[in-house]
Amino acid sequence: MLDYDFMRTAFAASGVVALVAGAVGYFLVLRGQTFAGHALAHVGFTGATGAVLLGAAPLWGLVVATLAAGIGMGAAGERLAQRDVAIGLVLALALGLGLLFLHFYTAFATQATALLFGNVLAVDSETLRTLLALGAVSLAALAVIARPLLFASLQPELAEARGVSPRLYGVAFLALVALATAGCAQIVGVLLVFALMVGPAATAQRLTGGVGSGVALSAALALAEAWLGLALAYYTDWPTSFWITALSAAVYLFAHIRVGA
Amino acid sequence: MSAIILRDVRLALGGRVVLDRVSLDIPAGAFVGVLGPNGAGKTTLLRAVLGLVPPRQGTLRVLGQPPSRGNAAIGYMPQARGLLATLPLRGWDFVAGAVNGHRLGLPVLGKLERAEVDRVLDLVGAGALARRPLTDLSGGERQRLLLAQALIGRPRLLLLDEPLISLDPHHQHGVVDLVKSVQRELGVTVLFSAHELNPLLGALDLVLYLGGGQAALGTVEEVITGPVLSRLYGAPIDVVRLGGRIFVMSGGHDMEHDAHRHDVAEAGHDHA
Repeated sequence: MLDYDFMRTAFAASGVVALVAGAVGYFLVLRGQTFAGHALAHVGFTGATGAVLLGAAPLWGLVVATLAAGIGMGAAGERLAQRDVAIGLVLALALGLGLLFLHFYTAFATQATALLFGNVLAVDSETLRTLLALGAVSLAALAVIARPLLFASLQPELAEARGVSPRLYGVAFLALVALATAGCAQIVGVLLVFALMVGPAATAQRLTGGVGSGVALSAALALAEAWLGLALAYYTDWPTSFWITALSAAVYLFAHIRVGA
Repeated sequence: MSAIILRDVRLALGGRVVLDRVSLDIPAGAFVGVLGPNGAGKTTLLRAVLGLVPPRQGTLRVLGQPPSRGNAAIGYMPQARGLLATLPLRGWDFVAGAVNGHRLGLPVLGKLERAEVDRVLDLVGAGALARRPLTDLSGGERQRLLLAQALIGRPRLLLLDEPLISLDPHHQHGVVDLVKSVQRELGVTVLFSAHELNPLLGALDLVLYLGGGQAALGTVEEVITGPVLSRLYGAPIDVVRLGGRIFVMSGGHDMEHDAHRHDVAEAGHDHA
């Protein structure tokens, strides 16, 4: 399976994206902002289709749109980030706009499917380099802000009294989520970002009560699910995104049954 | 020496003035119960002491200094949020999250920092509790961990915002006794805000009663009287003493209890 160039590229791309998604996703779940992460992915769809329409690489459209939306949501504050209705409407509008952009673009069907559901096997070496760079930047930034981010997530009022601005770290964190989302969308598509960002993190939090062990387990689970999904897709010829979502859901379910309600 | 000095202080929240021209001295080492109806400014006063709400007018001194954000000499226990009960973390990790939380970098604790977490957990007798996940703890047990978190860094002044909220009477007494014993052991000044006076009666040195933009500081006998409270509430108040308990009544209603019930309904079902 690794004899093929496109498979090696796919393993590398999904590996780096999974590690970032697992680590960033841990904090996303801890902060109760999973729905905001979901919405960012949809905004990414608008950005990607817009970029295609302008003749640019969809990945850059994804990055720009999710970053702008992430920073905007963070600046609007915690209250907006937890408003289901507002986020839901933005989400619908984003998909609608994306559809409009695709309407103006001719190669409708394949582009739409790839953006919505991912196509990791089509990742080329240039995209891989971009994903590696984005992943390195995201992980480095997370390592720098992790401590105050954790403090502000667990105890916002106390953090504020100690001179840590929950608002500032909220914005910085959603910018990181935006980068991670853009990466995930390349692998599993904008609709299925949850599978890599939230599934492994929620499972890890079910299995361990430590912060360090939780982040490590979340990243490891995401990596395992992404790579196993790729391998299964290779041998069954079913879509990679299906296998990753199936593994993500199965592992989450298994953790719930094992730990017991 | 005074831990906190207010001179002619006006505090406002948005456009609303919550304390107007208040002057008082809180002596160091005292256990002070901060009481008053909803919206009287209990939380705003605590936030002003923390340096988060600058006075619109007048002078505020905290441990001899102007208030400043990030003052390590102040321990702060914010009002518990419902979210706390759903955090998938061990108690130890939750408390540890506040140690040097303002520093950049990975949240990996050094040897001294780990020892600090163990020290504050021992102070509140939560060493064993801290090995369990927050989701398994009762409201009273979570309050114990929050108190431990407030003690990180050896503060000289402790600000506790409604630690009794949504606890049943048994756990309320447990929390008050714990704070009292910690205060005695460490010799710190405590500002303990609450809706009801009665759970605090055995522990209090002084009462700081807020209401109608005014404040009254003194012993229970000095402050909890009809004339003083009538002035703060802006309505005729009767103080009824019954079997070692004190009831603040207005036209037949128990003011403090009504306020407390209202808050429990808001706080949801976090019964200990």
